[in-house]
Amino acid sequence: MITLEGITKVYRAGEVEVPALKGVSLHIPEGEFVAIMGPSGSGKSTLMNVIGCLDQPTEGRYILDGYDVSALTDDQLAWIRNRKIGFVFQSFNLIPRVSAAHNVEMPLIYAGDSVQRRERAMAALESVGLLDRAGHLPNELSGGQQQRVAVARALVTDPAILLADEPTGNLDTESSLEILKLLRDLNQQGRTIVLITHEADIAAFAQRVVRLRDGVIVSDERQALAAELVR
Amino acid sequence: MSILEGLRLAVNGLLANRLRSGLTMLGILIGVSAVILLVGVGNGASVAVQQQIQSLGSNLLTVFPSNARGAGGVQQGFGTGSTLTLDDVKAIANRQSSPDVVTAIPSAGGRAQLTFGNQNWNSSLTGTTEDFPSVRNYPLASGQFFTAGDVDASSKVAVIGQTVVTNLFSSEDPIGQVIKINRQSFRVIGVLAQKGSSGGFNNQDDVVVVPITAAWNYLLGGRGRNVQQIYVEATSAEATSAATTEVTEVLLDRHHISDPTQADFQILSQQDVLNSASQTTGVLTLMLGAIAGISLVVGGIGIMNIMLVTVTERTREIGIRKAIGARRRDILMQFLIESMFLAGLGGALGILVGFGLSRILPLAVSSLPTPIISMPSVFMAFGISVGIGLFFGLYPANRAARLRPIEALRYE
Repeated sequence: MITLEGITKVYRAGEVEVPALKGVSLHIPEGEFVAIMGPSGSGKSTLMNVIGCLDQPTEGRYILDGYDVSALTDDQLAWIRNRKIGFVFQSFNLIPRVSAAHNVEMPLIYAGDSVQRRERAMAALESVGLLDRAGHLPNELSGGQQQRVAVARALVTDPAILLADEPTGNLDTESSLEILKLLRDLNQQGRTIVLITHEADIAAFAQRVVRLRDGVIVSDERQALAAELVR
Repeated sequence: MSILEGLRLAVNGLLANRLRSGLTMLGILIGVSAVILLVGVGNGASVAVQQQIQSLGSNLLTVFPSNARGAGGVQQGFGTGSTLTLDDVKAIANRQSSPDVVTAIPSAGGRAQLTFGNQNWNSSLTGTTEDFPSVRNYPLASGQFFTAGDVDASSKVAVIGQTVVTNLFSSEDPIGQVIKINRQSFRVIGVLAQKGSSGGFNNQDDVVVVPITAAWNYLLGGRGRNVQQIYVEATSAEATSAATTEVTEVLLDRHHISDPTQADFQILSQQDVLNSASQTTGVLTLMLGAIAGISLVVGGIGIMNIMLVTVTERTREIGIRKAIGARRRDILMQFLIESMFLAGLGGALGILVGFGLSRILPLAVSSLPTPIISMPSVFMAFGISVGIGLFFGLYPANRAARLRPIEALRYE
């Protein structure tokens, strides 16, 4: 599903070159729930940008769902983001002026997909248990509800992977648990999920934990379904 | 993303900042209504001037002698030649040779010093024939005009205009009084009705009219029996060009000139005057339109300014939209539609306001010519306002479309 080969990313700050990723190779098969961990400055945000096709690697190859993403134009990347990736951000990133339903519908609008748009958006909202909040504006919803709307928006185009960047960072414990359970349920339905976090107890929900430090992978281990512990 | 979807987004975005959108729209609104109103005023002025000129008789032709040539072919001033005669006038007035001419009158004159009692006045003297009132459109207020017999006998009779009446006479009836014109005694037999200014420099009421023979014999001494101008009345305004041709043929034949370019006379029709006047008012309209156009451009800059603010404000939103799959084109279209909608709505409202003002303003300012709104100027104003939205929206929209998603997402 996801194959990274020797990915490097170098940022330029004037004359100074700052390497953020120094050769990362990673394979994530379909249906896996992977947590990418690391302290700040470890390069995990850069890795998430590369996996999310928001940024191009300096060197290396990235194959996503059969597409070689390393050499695509801006508009082609937009298409990949639209069809293959569902984003869940730390700060929800819903558009404040429009209803929850319209937020969820938005990826379909950009996909040029007009068939049963509203129905599909409603189905996605139902799958995160927020059908009754469809007409609300984001600021009329709680943080946990907003994040669930964001998950619904990520799911609506039926993407290959769900990319969650610190999805619980702005949530209280109860809401965090809610979101993590939602992600795990989605994974159990066969969805590939990449979770980026710096908290070990969040990473515990994943089947596999990849640890990053100073731009390289320092450990990559499978774990038993630690999530059972929280139950 | 469809246009309809873009329009929905645009309305949504504009409603989010009602006051700001309204004020920005006001800039275009004022510009468009100014264009419509001022172009309307220009058109109105043009029509008013044309009507005024036509009131002088749009079927009038004036024949001038050509410029006299002095020694060595030096050109003298306009109409200084002395090639026209009373017989020319009679020939032109002949219905046989010129069927499109009603009649023709000669005119010769100059300045004249008038005295009555202890009053004196300097006026414009015209020597002419009995058809003067009908050809020059001068009805009489009182008394009567001189007759063909007076012209033949070179009677010392005069008909005076209103300005002369007020300056020479206080309370007495001028009819029957004897006034002195350049020290010659003339009896006043008629007073011309008030006519008003012709729009030029001459006051049409400051005139004294006498038989042309009397003028030659007693007043224009030493200048011979020449005719300075011939006024020709054509049968209608439409017949002026036919009449011009006929008069030209008659005069060329009488003056034994075969080459029309060598003609020793010139014919000016009221139509020519009308044309040059419309040219002038056309320039006026253009100038007013240009001034109003400047305010439209200022309004456009206002739109650009507000769109730049909007793009900055919504940087994060742009990042989100890009992250979930919006292409450059989608973002570009979203902001372009927004600025075009803003400008288009402002333009539409500006048209309404322009119409309203052009109705109300003449009621408040009576000296303003009634604005005449031309439909092309309305469509053009609307088209230009939408075009301004497109032009001034292009830079901000392009800036939004080129934002890099990771940077836009990070923007606080």
